[in-house]
Amino acid sequence: MQIDVRTVSIEPVRKTFDHLARRFGNKPASRYQEGSYDIQAAENLHYRPTWDPDQELYDPNLSRIRMKDWYDLKDPRQFYYSTYTLARARQQENVEANFAFVEARGLQDMLPEDIVEKSLKLLVPLRHAAWGANQNNTLACGYGYGVVFTQPCMYHAMDNLGISQYLSRIGLLLGGVEALEQAKDAWLNDSAWQALRRLVEDTMAIRDPFEVFVAQNVVLDGLLYPVVYERLVDTYLASQGGQAVAMLTQFMTNWFTESKKWTNGVLKVTAAESDENAKVLAEWINHWSDRAVSAILPIVNSVLDERVDEMVSEELEAFRARIAKTGIQL
Amino acid sequence: MSTVFIAFQTNEETRPIIEAIELDNPAATVYQEPAMVKIDAPDELVIRRETIEEQMGREYDLQELQVNLITMSGHLSEDEDTFTLSWK
Amino acid sequence: MDTPVNKKKLSLKEKYSYLTRDLAWEPSYQKKEDLFPYATYEGIKVHDWSKWEDPFRLTMDAYWKYQAEKERKFYAIIDAFAQNNGHLKLTDARYLSALKIFLQAISPGEYAAHKGFARTGREFPGVGPQVACQMQAIDEIRHAQTQIHAMSNYNKFYNGFHGFADQRDRIWYTSVPRSFFDDAMASGPFEFMIAIGFSFEYVLTNLLFVPFMSGAAYNGDMSTVTFGFSAQSDEARHMTLGLECIKFMLEQDPDNVPIVQKWIDKWFWRGFRVLGLVSTMMDYMLPKRVMSWREAWDIYGEENGNALFNDLARYGIRPPKGWGDAAEAVDHMSHQFMLALYQWNFGTAFHSWIPSDNDMDWLSKKYPNTFDKYYRPRWEHIKKLEANGTPFKNYGLAKNCQTCQLPCVFTEPGDPTTLCHRETEYKGEHYHFCSDHCRDIFQEEPEKYVQAWLPMPQLFQEPINGDLEAWMKWVSLVDGEDNGDYQGSHDQTSFEKWREMATSN
Repeated sequence: MQIDVRTVSIEPVRKTFDHLARRFGNKPASRYQEGSYDIQAAENLHYRPTWDPDQELYDPNLSRIRMKDWYDLKDPRQFYYSTYTLARARQQENVEANFAFVEARGLQDMLPEDIVEKSLKLLVPLRHAAWGANQNNTLACGYGYGVVFTQPCMYHAMDNLGISQYLSRIGLLLGGVEALEQAKDAWLNDSAWQALRRLVEDTMAIRDPFEVFVAQNVVLDGLLYPVVYERLVDTYLASQGGQAVAMLTQFMTNWFTESKKWTNGVLKVTAAESDENAKVLAEWINHWSDRAVSAILPIVNSVLDERVDEMVSEELEAFRARIAKTGIQL
Repeated sequence: MSTVFIAFQTNEETRPIIEAIELDNPAATVYQEPAMVKIDAPDELVIRRETIEEQMGREYDLQELQVNLITMSGHLSEDEDTFTLSWK
Repeated sequence: MDTPVNKKKLSLKEKYSYLTRDLAWEPSYQKKEDLFPYATYEGIKVHDWSKWEDPFRLTMDAYWKYQAEKERKFYAIIDAFAQNNGHLKLTDARYLSALKIFLQAISPGEYAAHKGFARTGREFPGVGPQVACQMQAIDEIRHAQTQIHAMSNYNKFYNGFHGFADQRDRIWYTSVPRSFFDDAMASGPFEFMIAIGFSFEYVLTNLLFVPFMSGAAYNGDMSTVTFGFSAQSDEARHMTLGLECIKFMLEQDPDNVPIVQKWIDKWFWRGFRVLGLVSTMMDYMLPKRVMSWREAWDIYGEENGNALFNDLARYGIRPPKGWGDAAEAVDHMSHQFMLALYQWNFGTAFHSWIPSDNDMDWLSKKYPNTFDKYYRPRWEHIKKLEANGTPFKNYGLAKNCQTCQLPCVFTEPGDPTTLCHRETEYKGEHYHFCSDHCRDIFQEEPEKYVQAWLPMPQLFQEPINGDLEAWMKWVSLVDGEDNGDYQGSHDQTSFEKWREMATSN
């Protein structure tokens, strides 16, 4: 039976699901709202975890941060799986095009020797740091509370993995398998990298999902990305004939700009919730940013001879100004 | 003997894939079901990139299979050229 | 140039290994057991994580690319479906009961799986399984969301969908899958993998997604077919993860074999009970049917399961303990469960109905040994009561099984006329079970299962105190709209009216 249903105009009997009508009023909900709000079990949980019977299966008390409603922590990008995946698919097409552009013209072979050396030295060990970030965001997703806060952590974890893979590909392109091996050796043994590795391992031992989010996404990435990608790659290396390298790290630069929207948004709402939250956030940010600065300095020193302290302290100032805007007093 | 199987959505992209599978696996049986095609084979089923490329007339990456895959059974082993399901 | 450039093209496997396995390192500033605190308490011994074989070697760029392609297709179809009032092309609005159960009972499980895989994706001290689990974590939230998005349009025109988030936590039948997923998440990372990765994904989801979705296509529901098949394309990856995980555990140490066997026994039965819901969806709720639950079981349960267990025999694994009882129950479960749903349909946020003569003829053909003998007479009796104006309603409360949480409506193995009921005592309390297997599962871990939240006793506690009206409000069930018989329901009258508008002038 063929029905031409387009010609029929029928009235919907309701506009949205009950839980969304309670939150947002009786009107059609967006796909972000449908896919994010209240889709996690909230009560009548059956059993306590055998891996830690002091916890609930979904437990808001694993963090020192307290929220009356964790669903206040909306992602300003409104990423749900589809919008997230489509955004990254477009970006990865650009990355592919950039790699293809560099490879087709043999630009990697035309790079000045010391640029290749510095790029390898700076970027390739960072693939391990990105793996640490992946671990931390996976933990924040797994143990954090409320879908609007935890789902972007999972997307972020996959981004961290993607970044570690792009960094590995840069290593393979510029220095082959040996470059990866040397970078891993540097990560494990080279003194310039040990403060960062220690910091990463220490963050991986944190079990408070919100502290992990702050230490990793707000603080460490908040200092590392501007220093490495904006200052060292896009500015310093590019000015020395390393524009091709900057093409290969474009994803990271754009990704960091985008993700700041999310991290700033989360900080702002969390700090505005209560003075206690704001104090805890300030404590974490102070603690981890001291560690991050001393971990980043020796890395920068290994590729740059002058103005290192100045550059890092400028970035620290910029970072503190960014945090101040979210309503947190450091 | 144990049966391995794989199923794809029925559409224009999978038509040449199914033809390729039939060519490479004479022992396979193809079942057309609503919106899907299921292929059974005794013990082993091999999908070859080259055969798909011949059927499609373009380059093909076996990882593209995932886009229209519905389900499968058997141990999977995968490299650039083949995608094999088997019971040992 | 001094830098030695290795131009050798890496194979897919080598490249994948550099892009995943090689990212991790042995920590030295922190103890490994502090970074992965839950990796050993279950007793699974792993000597060498590098022995893990990655079945699908997807790097993130490829993941984004192929998944985006699936997403574009999916949303194009459900948008078109909504714009064209695709719901009027359904064979019949009765069919929607199956989707309501899906949204209330199964989609929340997808979310739980997302969360659980995020945890295992962090807790395994090996990169191979971590990355695979993380991909599954992000896939599972995709499934929860695509299902909600696909059903959002139905919610605008039909009853029973609107309160799914409340019903997930409160209504009686959703506590069956909820307790299943809660149980898995309350387990350690290895058991979680057997529960969801192996038992649910590999042994059981085919039954849910493949024949049922084919059935949705048959009934004109392109929107559900699309989410079903699109999800199932991810499941292919998930199934290989589950299978790899079980092989890995079995190969790492012979001491793992009995632990794994115990989990297979448990999780097969837990999963089989959850699928009780699916059996009625397939046999009773699809107006046009592709295959019966029994036929689906023969292909995706029996044949596929035997192939798998034959294969695992080399490690000393035997088929799950409940395998034989399951095979026998397949001829009964959909009928027993639909009868139960019908008599308690005042308390379900979906409709049920007495099968038509035509339906019953189909059922006797598909179940030649059981339907006419045991179940047709009951339906005929219920039909007579209905015709006499005294419809059969059971306002009494069923006993819930302490383990699987289903009402104890199933019969004894080997005797389909006697209800099966088991009991046990633990620390002075009595506990009830639907079967030997559910009782055995309880007895393995009583401290876990005594915690179960049982929906029936809740009726007599705060804030309900035995008041049915208060209970309906509490579970967001609108009496007279969401529940009861399909005959005479709003869904039926709306659908028929709209169809009439669409087919005449």
